[in-house]
Amino acid sequence: MKYIDEFRDGELARGLSAAIRQAADPARRYHFMEFCGGHTHAISRYGVTDLLPDNVRMIHGPGCPVCVLPIGRVDMAIRLALEAGVTLCTYGDTLRVPASDGLTLFKAKARGGDVRMVYSSADAVALAQKHPEKQVVFFAIGFETTTPPTAVAIRQAQALGLKNFSVLCCHVLTPSAISNILESPEVRQYGTVPLDGFIGPAHVSTIIGSQPYEFFAEEYRKPVVIAGFEPLDVMQAILMLIQQVNSGRAVVENEFSRAVTRDGNRKAQNLVAEVFELRRQFEWRGLGVVPYSGLRIRKEYAVFDAERRFAIDYRSVPDNKACECGAILRGVKRPQDCKIFGTVCTPENPVGSCMVSSEGACAAHYTYGRYKDSAGVPA
Amino acid sequence: MSEVRKGYVRPLDLKHGRVDMTHGSGGRAMAQLIEELFARHLGNDYLAQGNDGAVMPALPGRLVMATDAHVVSPLFFPGGDIGCLSVHGTINDLAVMGATPLYLAASFILEEGFALADLARIVESMAAAARDAGVPVVTGDTKVVEQGKGDGVFITTTGVGVVRDGEDFSGDRARPGDRIIVSGSIGDHGMAIMAQRESLGFAAPIESDTAALHGLVAAMRGSGARIRVLRDPTRGGVATTLNEIARQSGVGMMLQERELPVNPEVAAACEFLGLDPLYVANEGKLLAIVAPDDAEALLAAMRAHPLGRRAAIIGSVHEDPQHFVQMTTGFGGRRIVDWLTGEQLPRIC
Repeated sequence: MKYIDEFRDGELARGLSAAIRQAADPARRYHFMEFCGGHTHAISRYGVTDLLPDNVRMIHGPGCPVCVLPIGRVDMAIRLALEAGVTLCTYGDTLRVPASDGLTLFKAKARGGDVRMVYSSADAVALAQKHPEKQVVFFAIGFETTTPPTAVAIRQAQALGLKNFSVLCCHVLTPSAISNILESPEVRQYGTVPLDGFIGPAHVSTIIGSQPYEFFAEEYRKPVVIAGFEPLDVMQAILMLIQQVNSGRAVVENEFSRAVTRDGNRKAQNLVAEVFELRRQFEWRGLGVVPYSGLRIRKEYAVFDAERRFAIDYRSVPDNKACECGAILRGVKRPQDCKIFGTVCTPENPVGSCMVSSEGACAAHYTYGRYKDSAGVPA
Repeated sequence: MSEVRKGYVRPLDLKHGRVDMTHGSGGRAMAQLIEELFARHLGNDYLAQGNDGAVMPALPGRLVMATDAHVVSPLFFPGGDIGCLSVHGTINDLAVMGATPLYLAASFILEEGFALADLARIVESMAAAARDAGVPVVTGDTKVVEQGKGDGVFITTTGVGVVRDGEDFSGDRARPGDRIIVSGSIGDHGMAIMAQRESLGFAAPIESDTAALHGLVAAMRGSGARIRVLRDPTRGGVATTLNEIARQSGVGMMLQERELPVNPEVAAACEFLGLDPLYVANEGKLLAIVAPDDAEALLAAMRAHPLGRRAAIIGSVHEDPQHFVQMTTGFGGRRIVDWLTGEQLPRIC
């Protein structure tokens, strides 16, 4: 594939690998967090860690949309499908996120709920148009990348005068999550999560720009390199981070300059600001309740807000006690540190959300990397 | 069943007519449907016996039986339809057992309201596929379910074949050192179906690879190569099939991503949808595990056959107590190629 294969080139990867080995100071260890699940996936799928020296370690961050979705939010969607009888549309991975009572949206579908997988918010609007007799709810999840399309869908529904379309808004904000990690006791107090820098989000940054990360670089003295989701992007970003650490710098650099500017996509930002406003607080899986970290639909668009239309409220539900997703999402533990990883919790029967999406740290490690946990496997 | 007297019943309206409940009732309407549609196209001496089953001559060798239900949606897709797919599917199940397929039985579940014109297209396609393969449909059954209880048509085919003594392909026979061969480009069928699904609306020129593989298998057997395992990687794709073999044989495997034949349009569509061609279904491809010294000879025999022109050695078998299928990525790293999780694509065949 033209314009894609260039970013997966094995020759260039070997060259970058050599450059990283040369740049990395053997006397020190480097710990970088890739915030996004897209990076986690690329690292695992292409075997990027095999090309890194031992003293460069990647820590998986919380940037996987379905992973950070708390049980209570999925419960709301299931209640809408089973009790309110709506047609519930959502992105594929969301269907498999474990909720209360052993249910998932997938299982709710088998119990007679009208649950549909869509590829875009526009598909949900089209479905509402086609079936005026049904109440269609779009279960909107994700970071800043998926928020503008939800805003477009709401505006579209308004323009079409649709009375049967609404959105269960669970959109969350990247900078709030990064602050939360940097402020966590493991990073600040105990130093149990050594963090020397971040690989900054790719697609999120095309929307919000590189400017929001400048605060982290400056305030917390952590270098940030925004990188694309291709494996060469990731390796280049790792090299740039090592160079910053070595020279004692902590600034925002942009490896993904082919798509990201400092200001981002202003048009998308304005659209989002017009339709959504900050929630005072939002519960994340793993990170807990984070102030001003989620979005809700503005009063002006209240008729499209499923929470208001169907008068459903959010009830917090604790995670399974044995599940370490919380600690894994904060970078405190690795998937293989969890007792139920690969035994009770597998992609077929995920207990925690990190085992659900291919972007989740546990699913990525299980699917692509778990051979590393067992000794005696030939190279 | 008594013979329907001609002249008493108007011929089936194959242009505008639709399946109704009487077509499954066992009465005249059903007899007419069978006579004017199924028997007419699929016609052969066995079917002409008009009995509840077919009586066939004694078979020369050990019997192999296979059965396959087909529920593909959409019913018609670039490169094929449910009719030819239902013939190919069962023939391939027999072929990869090393059997020479001989006879098929077909069972139709029709939905009330289904257009007879579409049914005729499907039966014609089925008949053509059976003819081309030289494997007749010798008996069948038709049932009709109420509207909303089916999805147009479901077809189950069952096949019988014979396998010669000493030719036993089985999933538990892969040995360390063996080579893994795929007969051609992967992921074509699944992506052809995916591209047709209404919610996606992209018109990529991807054709299903649906084909009967017994001819290719005969050529492979003729090469004299020591073939250990044959499998057709349908649902779950190459990745899942190799994992099944690795588990059955108690071995590990290492694939080379660079050697995987993938059509560029399939690669692009997969990229766009976040799918991996290794997990996408095929309907006209097979995987062969072969003794290392015979790999090149087998590859040459496969490439000489029209259905194996793009055959490639994609990896090898090694000892691994964990039975992992792994892959050296084109990027230079290494990763597991795991079992398919969940449902990548429902109603594919």
